[in-house]
Amino acid sequence: MDIILDGIRQAFILLVTFDPEVLGITWFSLKVSGTATFISLFFGMSVGTVVALTQFPGRKFVVSLINTGMALPPVVVGLFVTIFLWRNGPLGFLEILYTPAAMILAQAIIATPIVTGISLASMQQLPKKLRLQILALGATRLQMVRILIREARLPLLAAVMAGFGGVISEVGASIMVGGNIKGYTRVLTTATVMETSRGNFDVAIALGIILLLFAYAINLVLTYVQQRERPR
Amino acid sequence: MLKFKRNPFLTGIALAAAALVIAAGITTAEAAKAQKAVILATTTSTQDSGLLDTLIPMFEKKTGYFVKTIAVGSGQAMAMGAKGEADVLLVHSPAAEKKFMADGNGVERRLVMHNDFIIVGPPSDPAKIKGMKKATEAFKKIAAAGSIFMSRGDKSGTHAKEMDIWKTAGVKYEGEKWYQQTGLGMGQTLAVAAEKKTYTLADRGTYLALKKGLGLDILVEGDGILLNIYHVIEVNPKKWTKANFAGGKAFADFMVSKDVQAVIKTFGVEKFGSPLFFPDAGKKVEDLGL
Amino acid sequence: MTTILAARNLKVIRGGSLLVDVPGMDICDGETLSLIGPNGAGKTTLLQALSYLMKPSAGEILFRGQAVGTAQPKLEYRRRLAMVFQEPLLFDTTVFGNVASGLKIRGIGASEAQRIVESQLERFGIAHLRDRSARTLSGGEAQRTSLARAFAISPEILFLDEPFAALDPPTRESIVTDLEKVLAETKTTTIMATHDRNEALRLSDRIAVMEGGRIAQIDRPAVIMNQPVDEFVASFVGTETILEGDVRDTNETALIVGVNGSEIEVVGKGRVGERVILCIRPENVTLTIPDGTVKTSARNTFRGRIGRIVPMGLFHKVEIACGFPLVAYVTTHALEDLSMKEGNEIAASVKATAIHVIRKSGT
Repeated sequence: MDIILDGIRQAFILLVTFDPEVLGITWFSLKVSGTATFISLFFGMSVGTVVALTQFPGRKFVVSLINTGMALPPVVVGLFVTIFLWRNGPLGFLEILYTPAAMILAQAIIATPIVTGISLASMQQLPKKLRLQILALGATRLQMVRILIREARLPLLAAVMAGFGGVISEVGASIMVGGNIKGYTRVLTTATVMETSRGNFDVAIALGIILLLFAYAINLVLTYVQQRERPR
Repeated sequence: MLKFKRNPFLTGIALAAAALVIAAGITTAEAAKAQKAVILATTTSTQDSGLLDTLIPMFEKKTGYFVKTIAVGSGQAMAMGAKGEADVLLVHSPAAEKKFMADGNGVERRLVMHNDFIIVGPPSDPAKIKGMKKATEAFKKIAAAGSIFMSRGDKSGTHAKEMDIWKTAGVKYEGEKWYQQTGLGMGQTLAVAAEKKTYTLADRGTYLALKKGLGLDILVEGDGILLNIYHVIEVNPKKWTKANFAGGKAFADFMVSKDVQAVIKTFGVEKFGSPLFFPDAGKKVEDLGL
Repeated sequence: MTTILAARNLKVIRGGSLLVDVPGMDICDGETLSLIGPNGAGKTTLLQALSYLMKPSAGEILFRGQAVGTAQPKLEYRRRLAMVFQEPLLFDTTVFGNVASGLKIRGIGASEAQRIVESQLERFGIAHLRDRSARTLSGGEAQRTSLARAFAISPEILFLDEPFAALDPPTRESIVTDLEKVLAETKTTTIMATHDRNEALRLSDRIAVMEGGRIAQIDRPAVIMNQPVDEFVASFVGTETILEGDVRDTNETALIVGVNGSEIEVVGKGRVGERVILCIRPENVTLTIPDGTVKTSARNTFRGRIGRIVPMGLFHKVEIACGFPLVAYVTTHALEDLSMKEGNEIAASVKATAIHVIRKSGT
């Protein structure tokens, strides 16, 4: 119990004094996960919107694939990305294993199905007749898609948050493809794992608190979105 | 008022594109850096002890190389070396290292330093092994008493050493009720052993680093079989054309250099009261001994 | 009257079933046409096919004589019409933003759009809601916003799909009144689907009664009400008494029709021995107490007993057995006056001119 209390006290000191290492790791985590989320947003929203608004044979199969992808274990993604990025792997020529780029790649792969699935769901949640109403207002296809995205903007924000929440809190893929290199590919989660094994519980707890704060902020937004109603 | 206040769709595309550009930028920056990057596959004990946090910046400053330290078990480190995914190894699993060299995976293997393994356990010492001189005898006694032994079970150097001792002692341990495996690194295995009040084999460096508040005592130490010897190995350039041999060699040379050996000698004294590692560059394994 | 919209051999087939089958239909410029019929009759589908929101499986839609989808590109066609659904389907923005949305889509400049939006907000009595979020509106306010959004683009044809079905009676009344006024003012051609015949009667120049994807009858409201073409239309427009009989005798203007042994005189044409259907609207049946002294001028006076009295709000529906089943509507006042009770004797009379004859063999 002493260790925990001592750890928490130390953790608060690290937080309130803006310890440069903790701050650096936090900022880097935000950068990596934020970039990965943006990339996943681009692909996820496009695919999600297209699947939501079109009918084609095999659509149910695609939807089930996306839903499976939402539960893609980060460690599995990490493993495959590592294998592909090995110097002697198919993408070895990129030479990005153990770099932030590799982490962004792996996290984007983890976040894309999440963003796709939630985008798909949020577009489908819009009333079916809304599409007819928009067309009846004289909209072109592109204008319709634009308006629908605008209408689904809050659920889409949920997609962003869920994607970001998924990647900033995952450790398996980040440690495998990033290598937890000090000052280079060390993020909140990998640092927490390492500091724990080093017995530096204060730093580990400080990092854990930051992760918790992110989780809280994300869920705050999600709750707000879920509580909000659409107009009639 | 009537214009779409910045079309959110296009804004989204623009932001995603910007993200891709940033990612690509990071990638190209990495590609430039890759020429100077050295992948060091090493054991968790060197990282967890903090030694590499001191040495790597020295090396980078001196040579301009950029070191990517991948801390894994000795087994995985050598597997990376064997596949050409690492440039240089810093490991402590002599039997496996010899096989690694025999298979032609490495070109040069040099002794860097050693510390030693210790058998630790709860102060109550249920198997009564405290002060024993032979590690094998202590292991036999733990087995006979049926006291729980916590193994790393992760094919690390420590795990290899532990299995070596069981084998030498002639004790059947696999599948026994008193023999448990964590599959975790040294620090976490120590924490588990402390929590469950069991015996375990630990390297002295990690134990000293975590000792405070752990509640595990050193019970057996000083036996020759408990030596924990670190070698630096450069991977074979003939086998893998993509590895950074020059960088690997530079790092290996650095590790056995006089300056570094001096740093190793004093590392940890200030914090723990005794050094964590003993520099051995230029010596032979046979000359070691406690 | 010029034709603004026409359907030719229009068929909509979805999932193997024929949802709409309209060989020909013409809508006049400036008229209000209602599509009425039970659920599943194809009202909404026809509306969507006419507005080209749903592609017809066969046939064509002619807008001012030009085929939509070919001579008349469908986007341009859609930009000349507006649609209001049962659900307001507002966008998640302000009332102003909603009413402006059609103009925005058409790329109309901000100042002109603002002028149009303000006038529509005024017209539908929602100017005070201008900056309110659409999420906070009541059902009536939301539907007014939806109507304002539709009128903002000055549509050449306005399509309404059950626009008042989800509203409570007072709200519905006030919106219908406003819409009536606006339609009279703008003379916008309007096609409205509804299952409420009173709404249709009130707003329409013509009514089309639909059944099973087909238009059973399309005509002026009075004709639909009083001269239905078949039993289905008759019952859907509220003809409570539909009798089958055969013509016993004829003269120049009238027929004597035998129904279950009773003889009924009706104005119409027919041949002796022909099977005919008689339609009697309940409001055209007069009830009296049969004391022998009161004689109505009508020849069609039937004695019988009251079977059932069903309160219908403002009036009562009285079912009478007088050799054949006959239904009459009486006011609550009349009911008390004549102290009608279930099982009482009663005399019912119908003018020969108030009975509509449908000839089974056609004319």
